[in-house]
Amino acid sequence: MPADATTEAPALAAVTTKAPPPHRPRRRLRTIGSYTLLTAAAVVVVFPIYITIVNSLLPPQQLVQQPPPLFPSNPQWHDYNAAWTTGQMSKYVATSAIMTAIIVLGQLVTSILAAYAFAFLRFPFKRTLFVVCLVTLMIPFEVTFITNLDTVTSLHWFNTYAGLAVPFLATGFGIFLLRQAFLQIPRDLQEAAQLDGYGHLRFMTRVAVPLARPSLAALAVFSFLGAWNQYLWPLVATGGTTPLYTVQIGLKQLLGTEVSQIPVSLAGAVIAFVPLVILLLIFQKQLVRSLTAGAVK
Amino acid sequence: MTAATGAAAAPKAPARSHGLRSRMRKEAALAYVLLLPALVLFGVFSFYPFLRNFKLMLYETPPVPGLPSHYVGLHQIIPTITSTQFTQSLVTTIVFVILVVPISLLLGLALAVAAHRKLKGMAVYRVIFSSTVVSSVAVASVVFGTLLNPVVGLLPWLGINPTPPALENTTWALPSVALITIWQFLGLSFIIMSAGLQSVPDELLEAARIDGAGSWTRFWRMTVPLLSPTIFFAVVVSTIYAFQAFGAVDILIGNQNAVRLHTNVLIYNILNTLQIESNPGAAAIMATVLFLIILGLTLLQLRFLERRVSYAR
Repeated sequence: MPADATTEAPALAAVTTKAPPPHRPRRRLRTIGSYTLLTAAAVVVVFPIYITIVNSLLPPQQLVQQPPPLFPSNPQWHDYNAAWTTGQMSKYVATSAIMTAIIVLGQLVTSILAAYAFAFLRFPFKRTLFVVCLVTLMIPFEVTFITNLDTVTSLHWFNTYAGLAVPFLATGFGIFLLRQAFLQIPRDLQEAAQLDGYGHLRFMTRVAVPLARPSLAALAVFSFLGAWNQYLWPLVATGGTTPLYTVQIGLKQLLGTEVSQIPVSLAGAVIAFVPLVILLLIFQKQLVRSLTAGAVK
Repeated sequence: MTAATGAAAAPKAPARSHGLRSRMRKEAALAYVLLLPALVLFGVFSFYPFLRNFKLMLYETPPVPGLPSHYVGLHQIIPTITSTQFTQSLVTTIVFVILVVPISLLLGLALAVAAHRKLKGMAVYRVIFSSTVVSSVAVASVVFGTLLNPVVGLLPWLGINPTPPALENTTWALPSVALITIWQFLGLSFIIMSAGLQSVPDELLEAARIDGAGSWTRFWRMTVPLLSPTIFFAVVVSTIYAFQAFGAVDILIGNQNAVRLHTNVLIYNILNTLQIESNPGAAAIMATVLFLIILGLTLLQLRFLERRVSYAR
């Protein structure tokens, strides 16, 4: 872009020729301003979670205190104990963990297989079938759950892990994301592998999948988030005398109306939130990558 | 999105066409085997239920329990979509979307702009601003349910405690649910806007600054126009998400009060039509309306993206 270069050159010259000393204090002032603004914003964003943690540690009489305590002077951990045992959060966490693991693994496998076919193989109706996979992205689960509930019930999967997980084992988004990653792999590499006697399955497992690791991680984090946090399906697909509730539905059950029950549900919310904060801290890059796939190329 | 780039790379014509043909057949067979799991799952859990909605619509289940559903043809469709319960639910959803989308996107954009400067410790701020993206609707509901509680929360202390309490109040229930959703969407909005800002060339903004453009002018005249594809994407994505939101209503309001408190959003209405009124036919009709809304939004986005790709390359 030559037009940019010409406007840029005098601009840069202006920066260097303008006397630097009067520039500096203003800059520092701006930096201080930025930090103040950022910190204020961060406090506002984090406050709901912070106060939840504080409240979950308060004894009941302090909970209704005015003004509300902003720091637990005498932290009580028994509400966590109550949420975990009598509130059955331990059971809900286990259910969510198993369901999420099945969904993440399943989505990775089905997406790898399908994306490999679309990226490396030639076959009739390739384009049509790829469009079919993408079209599923336009059919939200809220539109299909009515019949899916019937399907799962007639398969005797109501209130089972199969019922919770199987409807989500394939994803058009995953196929799209991994196909993009596989297409980045140089053709020469595939030819070289073929000359070395690699069949397709060996090329997939030894070359394509390892090279697509960043996209696989992005997909895994994305589907973990979606599976752990989903609400509609576990709400309708579980129930009965020994309901297989996930963490999210368990939280709904835990939410008491009595004041004495509030810290327990808050402790439950913290328990449900912690795995995801860990996920965010470790996989922030992958999460951002998957959430912005399609937005910025 | 060019679907056939792989297929377009045609092979060089080999000498032995017979061997090639059998190899190609084997390759195609392998491809179908690899596609089978995904296609079967899509067929059973996406396409079949989608199409079955059109059959379900033709049957009505009487409000009396125990009676079987009977064929009514197209006669159920008009009464369902013109019923006050449905139109009100649609209006509620649209108001909810209008409350949630612009505010969460503007806040996300503001945070992204604030966090765009290269300063020490910015990584920490970025994690904090992204953090609400991992919050589930149930966690957000429990958190805000307590914050908005008339006895325990901050409202009595701040002296802005409406009667009846915010979540039992016909005026404040929907804004409260919207507030929860805005907080929940903020992280996603921040992430999308930040990614977009990264693609805006810094030199351009710097040049404008030196040419005397103030930060306000620079923001509205340069950042926003340069960011318009990102903003458009964010608007479509969060509108689709907002149309699907209902968890906070289920957890904090409940089906006895949702209609009375003007919080009976579309999905919640579909869910209750299915589970409480036990009329899958009417639920299927409403679900199809939801589908058409989301389809419209998606097509809008696809057309826009296509145009953008065509002039970008």
